[in-house]
Amino acid sequence: MSEQNQSRNSDGRDFPWQHVIGFILSIVLTLLSLWIAFKTSLSTGMIMAIIIGFAFLQAAVQLFMFMHVTESEDGRFQMWNMVHAFIAFVIIIVGSIWVMSFGMSYMNHM
Amino acid sequence: MNHHVDHFFVKGDPMIYAADLMIIMTTLAVIFVLTYYKKWKWLWNEWLTTVDHKKIGIMYIIAAVLMMFRGGVDALLMRAQLTVPNEDFLDPQHYNEIFTTHGTIMILFMAMPFIIGLMNVAVPLQIGARDVAFPYLNALSFWSFFTAAMLFNLSFVIGGSPDAGWTAYAPLAEPELDPGVGQNFYLLSLQISGFSTLATGINFFVTILKMRAPGMSMMKLPIFSWSILVTSAIIIFAFPILAIALALMTFDRLFGAHFFTLTGEGLPMMWANLFWLWGHPEVYIVILPAFGVFSEVISTFSKKRLFGYKAMVWSMVLIGFLSLIVWVHHFFTMGAGPDVNSFFSISTMAIAIPTGVKIFNWLGTMFRGRIQFTTPMLWSLAFIPCFTIGGITGVMLAMAAADYQYHNSYFLVAHFHFVLISGTVFGCIAGLLYWYPKMFGHMLNEKIGKWAFWLFVPGFLICFLPMFFLGLDGMTRRVYTFSNSHWTDLNVIASIGAALMGIGFMVLVYNMIWSARYGKRDKTGDPWDGRTLEWATPTPIPHYNFALIPRIKRLDEFWYVKQNNEPSVLRSLPVSKLKPIHMPNSSGRPFVMSWLFFIVGFAAVFYVYWVAALALIGVLVCMGLRSFEIDDGHYVSVEEIKRTEKNRIKEA
Repeated sequence: MSEQNQSRNSDGRDFPWQHVIGFILSIVLTLLSLWIAFKTSLSTGMIMAIIIGFAFLQAAVQLFMFMHVTESEDGRFQMWNMVHAFIAFVIIIVGSIWVMSFGMSYMNHM
Repeated sequence: MNHHVDHFFVKGDPMIYAADLMIIMTTLAVIFVLTYYKKWKWLWNEWLTTVDHKKIGIMYIIAAVLMMFRGGVDALLMRAQLTVPNEDFLDPQHYNEIFTTHGTIMILFMAMPFIIGLMNVAVPLQIGARDVAFPYLNALSFWSFFTAAMLFNLSFVIGGSPDAGWTAYAPLAEPELDPGVGQNFYLLSLQISGFSTLATGINFFVTILKMRAPGMSMMKLPIFSWSILVTSAIIIFAFPILAIALALMTFDRLFGAHFFTLTGEGLPMMWANLFWLWGHPEVYIVILPAFGVFSEVISTFSKKRLFGYKAMVWSMVLIGFLSLIVWVHHFFTMGAGPDVNSFFSISTMAIAIPTGVKIFNWLGTMFRGRIQFTTPMLWSLAFIPCFTIGGITGVMLAMAAADYQYHNSYFLVAHFHFVLISGTVFGCIAGLLYWYPKMFGHMLNEKIGKWAFWLFVPGFLICFLPMFFLGLDGMTRRVYTFSNSHWTDLNVIASIGAALMGIGFMVLVYNMIWSARYGKRDKTGDPWDGRTLEWATPTPIPHYNFALIPRIKRLDEFWYVKQNNEPSVLRSLPVSKLKPIHMPNSSGRPFVMSWLFFIVGFAAVFYVYWVAALALIGVLVCMGLRSFEIDDGHYVSVEEIKRTEKNRIKEA
């Protein structure tokens, strides 16, 4: 850390409410997904759709509560973060599904 | 659940008992020496609690050299078993454990810390920074890596080693086919060290983007720092995948989940997919910094600017990107369709293009240069032809159709040892020799260093060249013995080469011990007549690195300042400009927290969940304490700077 970069408040009195709320929200979303998968009798496709929806909510919680997406001095870094996240998504998720498509015959009933 | 923990301590093998004895003796010796010389307090204050990137780098490298010894002993045991047909020196189970630990240790606990150690030593100095962006996190990275390495090594005498290969393929690594605790050791120690590497990646990414000296634009960044930036980006992409894959398999093994099992709709092939989604970027994480080291070394000892700097940077960025989209070439034979295999075949071959650009740029750098044959330069010169052989055989393996023939043969083993040893290991050794005077303040003996080189490099060629032909002749990897007498000659030759490499390594270590006492002391801080900023610091390097941060006007700033005799704070310090320097405080918490991590891992390996939970609460308490800690660091006074820099001060 250099002299001009002391981001920490020196009074240390501000409680990190954002982080606590984010933490609780993350856990609640996770437990809800579990509950929907285990305890409801919706169709598989429906469960998938709901869980994917929750996943996006979870990502939003992470971005706003923990990663201070609204607080950077300019949008350039955030744009590159989003680009990186998108590339990672395409490579890992889309790539894996494409590569593994030959081995997933039992998922045809979806 | 029946956990099959037959016995806590591994029994029944004389070699293991010898290892037990050695571990106990070494531990006692270390404790005795520290107590006798009253060094405990010094150790704690100067090393265990340090957040200084240079010391952390040195500790990383010491750990890496230790692990290189352990992985090398594994390798020699394997070669001993495979020298002649039908040996029974090692039983199959023992052989499986040895090739598993050899692979895992050499990649994750030798290559990674060696690379990370070099980046810790060099990068902040090269970019004109006083430390990394997050010094405390850096200490935590090192200690959690170290405890993870200890946890993994413990498996060998307590509980039994992992035995499913370093790739730990499902379903082989699943509890049905691999009971016992060995695989748990693998999963948990990799999880902890993976966390450490991810933290390092983030740390250095931020450091290079945010902490460069004023005027140092991205295209004036030293090439080694560029290689670390690309490497960090790959780490940030790849290591979360490893964390998730390991977590899923840990759930399978500890809690009976079915992610990768054969039963319960598990998908064993998904493990291979996730593993290599991390694993392929990983092998580029260990090669790119080596490329950076070679660029620095070749440029320094050819007395020339790096030829095609821009092309070097862009080729690294391109290799970095391509490394993310080639992972399927590790399992062409798994049964994916022609569309998938073709795509990954082409993307793999495409990596040869930027790599070829780099090879010719190194040659171009040497062209008409005044080459000095120092030891780091020798390792770099040996790298170019050896790595080219490894790269070309890699292109052969990249052909999906041909890979059905090469797959899992010794041809592949020879290929990846050629690229990993002549790339990563030569690079690490070259970097160590190159920055050694910066790290320890004395030179290594060049003569002994050349002995090490001339033992190790021919040994390496003698060991691995025959393996190409063994592979083409049909010898498969991961067999504990063979009965085909046609393969005897080549295997004997390979074993001789392995022995030479072992001797070469011992000479290298002997060189460090010898030079610590008799090596030429470096007073100038610039023994190689270097080009980049790290050579502008005095030796020993003050803990704040630079009393005054220079303003950078061009690439290889320090070189041109020296050439043109320009006035610069790199050469003398005007007293009027000195100001107090802000530095981070040391902290013992990373050390404590990492040993708590160790306890979490060790308890979870043996399914003792309540201990693991307690230790995990301890880890969380450490994190909480850090969150609420007000740590503004401290200031180094101008008087202290004057005392430290008395040779360079200019009374203006």
